[in-house]
Amino acid sequence: MSPAEAAVDRHHILTVLVENKAGVLARVAGLFSRRGYNIFSLAVAPTEDDRFSRITIVVDVESAPLEQVVNQLDKLVNVVAISELAAASAVQRELLLATVAAAPEERSQVIQLVGVFGGEVVDVGADRLTVMLAGPPEKLDGFEGLLETYEVLDLQRTGRVALPKIDVPPPARNRLVAIGS
Amino acid sequence: MQLTGAQALIKSLEMEGVEVMFGLPGGAILPVYDPILSSSIRHILVRHEQGAGHMAEGYALATGRPGVAVVTSGPGATNIVTPLSNAYMDSTPLVVITGQVPTASIGTDAFQECDITGVTMGITKHNWLVTSAQDIPEVVASAFHLATTGRPGPVLVDVPKDVSNASMEWHWPDRLDLPGYRVPGPPERADIERAAALMAAARRPVLYVGGGVLKARATEALRALAERTGFPVVTTLMARGAFPDSHPQCLGMPGMHGNYTAVTAMQRADLLVALGARFDDRVTGRLDAFAPGAKVVHVDIDAAELHKVRRADVAIAGDCKVVIEALSEAAAPMLAGEDPVSRLSAWWDALRRWQREFPLHYERHSEPPIKPQMVIETLRDLSPPDTVVASGVGQHQMWASQYWRFDYPNTWINSGGAGTMGFAVPAAIGAKVGRPDRTVWAIDGDGCFQMTAQELVTAAAERIPIKVAILNNAYLGMVRQWQEMFYGERYSEVYLSPDLPDYVKWAEAMGAEGLRVETPEEVAPAIEKANAVDDRPVVIDFRTDAFEKVFPMVPAGASNDDVMVHPQHTERADAERLAWERLEAERLAWERVAAERQR
Repeated sequence: MSPAEAAVDRHHILTVLVENKAGVLARVAGLFSRRGYNIFSLAVAPTEDDRFSRITIVVDVESAPLEQVVNQLDKLVNVVAISELAAASAVQRELLLATVAAAPEERSQVIQLVGVFGGEVVDVGADRLTVMLAGPPEKLDGFEGLLETYEVLDLQRTGRVALPKIDVPPPARNRLVAIGS
Repeated sequence: MQLTGAQALIKSLEMEGVEVMFGLPGGAILPVYDPILSSSIRHILVRHEQGAGHMAEGYALATGRPGVAVVTSGPGATNIVTPLSNAYMDSTPLVVITGQVPTASIGTDAFQECDITGVTMGITKHNWLVTSAQDIPEVVASAFHLATTGRPGPVLVDVPKDVSNASMEWHWPDRLDLPGYRVPGPPERADIERAAALMAAARRPVLYVGGGVLKARATEALRALAERTGFPVVTTLMARGAFPDSHPQCLGMPGMHGNYTAVTAMQRADLLVALGARFDDRVTGRLDAFAPGAKVVHVDIDAAELHKVRRADVAIAGDCKVVIEALSEAAAPMLAGEDPVSRLSAWWDALRRWQREFPLHYERHSEPPIKPQMVIETLRDLSPPDTVVASGVGQHQMWASQYWRFDYPNTWINSGGAGTMGFAVPAAIGAKVGRPDRTVWAIDGDGCFQMTAQELVTAAAERIPIKVAILNNAYLGMVRQWQEMFYGERYSEVYLSPDLPDYVKWAEAMGAEGLRVETPEEVAPAIEKANAVDDRPVVIDFRTDAFEKVFPMVPAGASNDDVMVHPQHTERADAERLAWERLEAERLAWERVAAERQR
């Protein structure tokens, strides 16, 4: 296993349904820091039901067994449900924005690269471009690597969001944990 | 009915059956104090907010009902952070109400502003910043529900001054909106049967009983299980009194300062049945050497405790009482026809021998200085058996736990997980308020006493006649013990002085009776005199031996196999360990031979 693959292997995706109340993100983040768990990435947004938000956390389980992380999260009163998604049974997406220095003679190369990946140019200046790519995190990794050929002035990724794949039957690798279960 | 938020808050507390609260008013909580004048709830005015918190804890631990404290914003709130942390570690049900600056001022660094919900997020089961007076009844009802159900614990309700003053239409919730909160239901049949099978097969079992058994009011169920199985019982520091010390199956306290038999029984066990216990580091010693041959059945209402420290063979998330009753029932047919005592006779032979050879020990003599253990033994023998004992943290706490005979649940009030010095005096006051029918003794150290003694003013003013035994060795004794044993007798900043302060004068200045005892023959008469006082607090300053150390002891980070007994028993303990190691080596060799033959 390559180091990169090993890193991915340590990452587990938790999608955490929380009550949409003040301070909930602080409670979740505080739990991770005080128990010494590592967050690799984190994304929060309201769900279709405005009483709840969904937090997608990618956990680095080198620091603690996933079971402990889930059980401790379960105890937060504002946490309604936790699903653990194995990478293979989840649909994952992430968005990347990057501002790249591109003199007029380089500009078309960058635009071409963005086109190959199915991204978009979202802003153009005299000597720079801002590009956007949405997709699976690995695709963004590849794109980010190639962008480094140019001078990247700014780069921001959102952290991934994920939902279970529809055709994967629920048991074993894709368990839904409710509080107290 | 229109009420102010403050009136609604007090009415909500009344609806929850609160009879007493401990507190101290200030600016932001002022509106809440006005309706207290016409409430049925007794308010006890403390001298420092930490006292209010520990009193509420003492009340909760003695009665099993939630303790309630009310304090103001800013420093009032931060002063009660230690009790919250203490209650969180020991799973004590506590409801703390704090005042907060008006909503419009929050975030502006206003006078006496502190983000107390932020500060206490990690040391409460949950907390709330109330933003509308209309929400008060539901928040209070939720607060009590969370504090007292599942794994109990402290909660905090932060009420801004404008919310207290605002008008609301009174209503009492008939249901609570807590979609993320559920308590474990009854255990799975299969888990109970697997646990019962392990129990039936065990030849060196131990019931490892923690504070959860008291919280679940499962002491009767535990006794039935113990007697049905014939298993020995160890009670952790948090569980003293959960199983009677005078019961022949009780081995007493395990852990860092546990007795030799309790510690060694766990080490040599082939099965640990952990009931409401959490494999705390003070119990396990070095984890990878803890109870190496034991299978584990772990019962806890908090699923996050299961497999947290030690992998369990059978893990059951559930209420201790329900699970213990189920285990009793399931174990019965498996053990039927077998006399539990003869089935475990070899094990009991070993346990009885250890009890004979390695009892708790100190050198008794009739000359000063007084041995602290002797004070506790005399106190125990001269006080009613259902006396409630509160303690601080340190040597005196360990001696109290070792030498008292706890035969009743909820009679031992101490700070276990957090180790909060100064806990004893306020906790004893709270316990006495909750159990005015009982004698309440605080067994305290001189270092601890100085941290919270001002609450004796509260006790005198409110006529709460607690008794305090200061084991005054003029040192921060436990620290001194570690410096003597592990820092080459380099005593750094541990000496306190026996006379500064003058504890008798101090007690008298606070409206208590003060006594000083300097010789062993004065010990009993002073205790008898103190036990006869019932109209005000009493403090006895016992001048005890500064060089006395707590034994047995498992040094921090060492294996429980290396338990240090009293120096007089050391040789015997070494021989015992060598004999065991020889036997183990032989057993392993035989197992290897047997395995090879099979191949």
